[in-house]
Amino acid sequence: MITVEDLRVTFNVGNRQIHAVQGISFDVAAGETFGIVGESGSGKSTVLKAIAGLVQSTSTALEVNGRAAAQRRSRADRRMMQFVFQDPYASLHPRQTVDDILREPLSIHGVGSKDEKVEAAMADVGLQAIHRFRYPHQLSGGQRQRVAIARALILQPPVLLMDEPTSALDVSIQAEILNLLARLRRSYSLTSILVSHDLAVVVHLCDRVAIMQSGRLVEIVTADALQGGTATAEYTRKLVAASRGFQRSNA
Amino acid sequence: MSEAPASRRQAILGNTYRAVRTILVNPAALAGLLIVVVLVLAAVFAPWLAMGQTPLRPDLANRLAAPSSLHWFGTDELGRDIYARTLFGARVTLTIVALVSVVVVPIGLAVGTVAGYFGGWIDTVLMRITDIFLAFPKLILALAFAAALGPGIENAVIAIALTAWPAYARIARSETMTIARSDFIQATVLQGASTWRILFRHIVPLCLSSVIVRLTLDMAGIILTAAGLGFLGLGAQPPTAEWGAMVSAGRDVILDQWWVATIPGLAIFIVSLGFNLLGDGLRDVFDPKST
Repeated sequence: MITVEDLRVTFNVGNRQIHAVQGISFDVAAGETFGIVGESGSGKSTVLKAIAGLVQSTSTALEVNGRAAAQRRSRADRRMMQFVFQDPYASLHPRQTVDDILREPLSIHGVGSKDEKVEAAMADVGLQAIHRFRYPHQLSGGQRQRVAIARALILQPPVLLMDEPTSALDVSIQAEILNLLARLRRSYSLTSILVSHDLAVVVHLCDRVAIMQSGRLVEIVTADALQGGTATAEYTRKLVAASRGFQRSNA
Repeated sequence: MSEAPASRRQAILGNTYRAVRTILVNPAALAGLLIVVVLVLAAVFAPWLAMGQTPLRPDLANRLAAPSSLHWFGTDELGRDIYARTLFGARVTLTIVALVSVVVVPIGLAVGTVAGYFGGWIDTVLMRITDIFLAFPKLILALAFAAALGPGIENAVIAIALTAWPAYARIARSETMTIARSDFIQATVLQGASTWRILFRHIVPLCLSSVIVRLTLDMAGIILTAAGLGFLGLGAQPPTAEWGAMVSAGRDVILDQWWVATIPGLAIFIVSLGFNLLGDGLRDVFDPKST
């Protein structure tokens, strides 16, 4: 479904070049949820943005749904792939109501029966009708992220990219959103890539997980292996140990 | 009005009500709104409010008459009723203000959002042009244009508009640069929206509020520039009743017949103040978190 081969991203900052992603390759099967974890600055979000076409990248192959994902994307290309951002406070237009936000993708792609689709999308992510004409600042963080998810799914894309979809939310809300994503993934039979620094989130949602460190792929392991601590690479084991937090016996 | 509107129309009505309420509960903004409303009404109903006086008919036997029950604000050096002239002057002022806004806001928004969104050499070229216009002293440039194009209201409008748009381009550009990098614009890009759709439907509405606030605050300056051009004889031409030209005409007799220059001067002052107060109030309305 998604093929990434030797993906490289380089940013020019002043006179310096920053090699944010240095040759990453992986495949995501149809219906699979693929996780990317790593510490801050490991380039995991950049990989996702490169696949989405938000940052310039070079690769020997970058295919989504059997079609080459070029640097310039057509409207039909865009429709195949939607994105959920990390910060639900920044990813919704502050002057548009939930209704406006959800109608926008429909009117861009000239989809009819907008009212029914908006209602269905809102119900799908657990928003009530009273939220429909609210502005983002009148909603809670969890509700905003639900709006962002509804917006991403309203065109029924086969591929969903998620960049830390829960890390800006309260712990209690995180679980709700994760369960929502798990349910939607099944009902929409989505192929998705989830980027997170939170191993628990990735293990909960993903089948296979790529571990990244300073722009390179350390290894790709199954979620079970990651959870069971049977990962082979030294760095992965350190990451797992770090995510378990402070333990008295280690001290 | 309800916290959970059932239809789009109800939601729009509710939000309009909240916006109006924000202005009405602010005494200064309400005063500004009232002044502007009175100005508009005065301009529209000038012939009826003039109480049988006309702004243009001279009455040389009765020149420079003091305010009386017949001539509420006295008469000027040709015996024309100053009350009627002030009322009709509101028409000229409103025309200038409206025309300048209609010209300045679209130009400023277009230049600013395009420069801010595309960046690169487009930004450099557009902003250097803006800098050139900003570098000229406003009134001097307006004077030069009015002098070159010939005196008259239309040319005064063009002259003022030419000097006023760079500020709007600057505001729109800086707003656009922050907005363009935000996630919600990226999300719209990823939905497949065209660049023009993003500019007009997502970025311009966000820039519009600060531009409108700036415009209402600038109104005073526009009115004063128009009056200044009129005062110097480069704006509206006699016998048109225009406040700046009226002040100019009263200059020679300001010590003996104070009302000739004072009344239109007061009108300029009050209307400028009204627009300023209204602009402050609108700033609160347009803050998305206040409604």
